[in-house]
Amino acid sequence: MTRYLRYLVPLAIFIVLAAFLYRGLSIDPKRVPSPLIGKPMPAFSLPRLQDPAATLGNTDLTGKVSILNIWATWCVSCRAEHEVLLLLARTGKVDIYGLNYKDERPKAQQWLTQLGNPYVANAFDADGRVGIDWGVYGAPETFIMDKQGIIRHKHIGPITVDDLNNEILPLIAQLQATP
Amino acid sequence: MMKIFVSVFALCLLLGSGTVSAGVTLEAFKFDTPAEELHFKQLIEELRCLVCQNQSLADSDAELAHDLRAEVYEMVQAGKSDDEVVEFLVARYGDFVLYNPPVKPSTYLIWFGPFALLLLAIFLLVRAVGRQKRTAVTDITPEERARLDAALGTTPSQQDKQR
Repeated sequence: MTRYLRYLVPLAIFIVLAAFLYRGLSIDPKRVPSPLIGKPMPAFSLPRLQDPAATLGNTDLTGKVSILNIWATWCVSCRAEHEVLLLLARTGKVDIYGLNYKDERPKAQQWLTQLGNPYVANAFDADGRVGIDWGVYGAPETFIMDKQGIIRHKHIGPITVDDLNNEILPLIAQLQATP
Repeated sequence: MMKIFVSVFALCLLLGSGTVSAGVTLEAFKFDTPAEELHFKQLIEELRCLVCQNQSLADSDAELAHDLRAEVYEMVQAGKSDDEVVEFLVARYGDFVLYNPPVKPSTYLIWFGPFALLLLAIFLLVRAVGRQKRTAVTDITPEERARLDAALGTTPSQQDKQR
């Protein structure tokens, strides 16, 4: 038995090491898990993008399943994601709100007129303070809240059609089904 | 050779510790005393930027790092303690922002893993050495020992004494 151990131990160490390294290949270090998951959304109240006189706040998002998408016109991958958000909005299954993050108002308004508007409403976060409260570190980021206003999911980076079908839509269906 | 090694080592120590580097030109933050400024700089050196992930808040030139530095500055000026500042950031960005991870179940492996490996290595070493000693004595047959003594020109009594 000890004779075999001499060969089995290095083999076992190799297998464990290889498993860790293999796992490491598929982890994206840019995706930092959010500590906000499972917690109520951070309170905020900001002027709206399209109507600066009106405000949009966390209370507008509670009482229903909602999505908060953080975007900006300077964010290149937001443009790619925009198409997917339009698709999601067209399903009518969830209200999408936007947090226009550290952007310029005329540019952002123009973006929505040109590319289409998937949002129910947008909050205009000029200095990024609300972004910090939500732990935003790079647009686009997307939060999904349940009916109680608890954050259930954070998607970092642009949502693809695959993400929509495999991740976002199933979660929304599940959250819509629970009271 | 030794001299070169020592001076390189000293240089590494000098570069690695103590020096509060201002990697980027810090925004014109105003401090009442130099001590306060030093304290602020030490605090942001301990915090990690989420955008350029291998840089501290003090070193990073990312947009977010600028914003977070301003946030930390305001909190420090408002008389918040270091713990309160760190808590503020951890609540939003998670333990990731800490260069010095807290000791808790999910970080036990980081904190105690090396010591566990060291203990295991010592155990294996002691066992291996012990086994080697034992086998060294018993491996030789009397005939082999006689031949060995003859070759070395030692007498059996001397051999035993040396053992």
